[in-house]
Amino acid sequence: MNSHSDVKSPAPAKLYAKREPVFNRRIDGPFRRFKWAVMILTLGIYYVTPWLRWDRGPYAPNQAVLVDLANRRFYMFGIEIWPQEFYFVAGLLIMAGIGLFLVTSAVGRAWCGYSCPQTVWTDLFQHVDRLIDGDRNARQRLYNAPWGPGKIARRALKYAIYLVISFWTGGAWIMYFADAPTLVREFWAGDAAPVAYATVAVLTATTFVLGGFMREQVCIYMCPWPRIQTAMLDEKSLIVTYKDWRGEPRGSVKKAEKNPGQFGDCIDCTQCVQVCPTGYDIRKGPDIACITCGLCIDACDKVMKDIGRPRGLIDYATLEDCEREKAGAPARSPMKALLHPRTIVYFVIWGGIGVALLFLLGNRSHTDISVAPDRNPPFMLMSDGSVRNAYTVKLRNMESRPREMRVTIAGIPGAKMWTDDMDRAAAAETLVREVPADQTLPLRIYVVAPAGTHGKDLSFAVKAAPIEGQAEGESDKADTTFTGPGD
Amino acid sequence: MAENKRIDDATGVETVGHEWDGIEELNNPLPRWWVWSFYACIAFAIGYMIVYPAIPMVHSATSGLWGWSSRGQLADEVKVGDAKRDEQIAGLAAMPIEQLPGDPKLLAAAVAGGRAAFKVNCVQCHGSGAAGGNGYPNLNDDDWLWGGDIKTIETTLQHGIRQPGDDATRMSIMPSFGRDGILTQPQIGAIADHVLSLSGKAKDNPQGAALFEANCAVCHGADGKGMRDFGAPNLSDAIWLHAKTPGVMSKDELVQFISDPKMGVMPAWQGRLSPLTIKMLAAYVHSLGGGEAMAQPAAASSAGGAEETPSEQP
Repeated sequence: MNSHSDVKSPAPAKLYAKREPVFNRRIDGPFRRFKWAVMILTLGIYYVTPWLRWDRGPYAPNQAVLVDLANRRFYMFGIEIWPQEFYFVAGLLIMAGIGLFLVTSAVGRAWCGYSCPQTVWTDLFQHVDRLIDGDRNARQRLYNAPWGPGKIARRALKYAIYLVISFWTGGAWIMYFADAPTLVREFWAGDAAPVAYATVAVLTATTFVLGGFMREQVCIYMCPWPRIQTAMLDEKSLIVTYKDWRGEPRGSVKKAEKNPGQFGDCIDCTQCVQVCPTGYDIRKGPDIACITCGLCIDACDKVMKDIGRPRGLIDYATLEDCEREKAGAPARSPMKALLHPRTIVYFVIWGGIGVALLFLLGNRSHTDISVAPDRNPPFMLMSDGSVRNAYTVKLRNMESRPREMRVTIAGIPGAKMWTDDMDRAAAAETLVREVPADQTLPLRIYVVAPAGTHGKDLSFAVKAAPIEGQAEGESDKADTTFTGPGD
Repeated sequence: MAENKRIDDATGVETVGHEWDGIEELNNPLPRWWVWSFYACIAFAIGYMIVYPAIPMVHSATSGLWGWSSRGQLADEVKVGDAKRDEQIAGLAAMPIEQLPGDPKLLAAAVAGGRAAFKVNCVQCHGSGAAGGNGYPNLNDDDWLWGGDIKTIETTLQHGIRQPGDDATRMSIMPSFGRDGILTQPQIGAIADHVLSLSGKAKDNPQGAALFEANCAVCHGADGKGMRDFGAPNLSDAIWLHAKTPGVMSKDELVQFISDPKMGVMPAWQGRLSPLTIKMLAAYVHSLGGGEAMAQPAAASSAGGAEETPSEQP
């Protein structure tokens, strides 16, 4: 390859290029309406969730979704996650990751086109542009106009609105990490933690810059996901595609009337480019710049309807379907493209993790005991000849109410235990302690066994007082060892 | 290479001229903002080198305009940490040690502080787990030579044991019965038999019992249970300070000891450690599992000791 005759570059390649501003035209259609719906839903979830309340009784916060970093608890409606149960969150993240694979394999870059925060906020900011400066042509004119009082006023107003949205975005984020109403009061009174102000400042700045100015540059140059997706798409994946065999060669309606049969369906009206939020021309073929939001489909379908040609010159289709259509077969419904082995495999994995998480969640115990034996010294001879071992025992009460817990030891005949806050004279085979709501109670337990006891397995068991209407309380067990002289 | 450049048909963009297994690279221009962020990074780096320590010199680096150093930051953070503990430390210093067990929060702080001080000052003899060794007392058990309540432990720490030059040090010396010719070897053997019989390790020895009554009972008591006033150990329990194997005292070892006893020395810590550190060390040692409650009269006479329940170990 590399035939020298191919070189025809007259000018040297430029080192860097200015961003081409995008003035996307207003459009209406099924995909635009879907985009609206997703935007309202996602922004709604984002802004409203921290304000939802959820009654957990007097010992736990009443915020429905709360990441309580200070106390290391994660609350999500009826679910409370402790740090050692973080695998639930890890499982959710894995599900989200595989969910992205699933969505990509089924409907292409739907995440990019509709629900990616960058897309949603860019869309929001583009609506602000339209509200303040007007539609495509007006914005283009204003962009090219020299700076004057009118332009300055419009720009100032627009950036002010950008800033308000950005601030609101950053402000909503911190609400997930503390009681929202309290935090709002503290925030405005200047009493909130410095990290809260810093987080809001950083997120306000990133939203302002990424949503207001960087926009499609983030997708084209910064985001790794489009690159990963190019590797995940195959000829069976749904993408937004221009059916070039039907559209080419392009020609206006008049030209086509004069020369029937000479021109394709595309009349080169460039509506598809004008509505594109990233300013890409889909007729060049699939590209990293196409986030597959489908607005060009809306635009093209409308034009096709106006000039009386069939819809779907630009459409969601798989490359395989394109080949089939090119060969003369009728267009296949995109729905049929959803079910192919890869999507099914992804769905099974995704669903399997989900079911496993639900199963674990339903069966997890809210009572837990852990035991760590002292290793130095491993055992202690008492003056009466008996052998003492010391253990650090932790009782976990993962319910939002105080509970009485009974600790017992088993495995060594005649062994008794006491704690460092009581006297050896009161040593017994069981200990009862009230564990405060939603807390871990550490106990230093001494176990003493009769003289001559050697190394043995020892097990600690804990049993919580049963809830009303329950015959048995929750219980847990921890195995450890007892060390004696000569072991 | 350069002559391999060509215009790519699909994109109309020039290639950079390399080719790897048929894969070529387009020479697309960088976005302008990227170039500006690159310049901004350079500007930041220059500013960083001016205000922070950055440029290595012969002996140290440039100190930077802001005078930041990692040692300085550590010192500031330590200061903040100390300030947080000030209240606790003041509380600990003001609290008489007898009343410390009645205040769980301060006690926990004292134990934590004592644990740290122990690791620095005491582990050399008593071991990192405070389990001691041959000749060095185990501080975890319930056997105390000079007493095991928190106040007594503090006194032992302050004045040490057999510390020359300290008038209040704990002092007692066991005679070298063999070396100084006070008793003959057979007599010492008989006493050793009697002593071991107190904990059931040997048969009764009437001659030994008589010799014990005459020579040893004045300090160790007629029943061999020891006397804390003299730091005389209880000879009837399972704990032996000067045994090679913990809990196992052989007759040979015992005979050797009675003939020529080894007397341990512990430094007086008063003057070397602050009173607060000594107090925390006492609390830590007391917390190791063998600590005794204050004796009844002391608890009754001192205010606020009402909650303490006396319990002398049997």
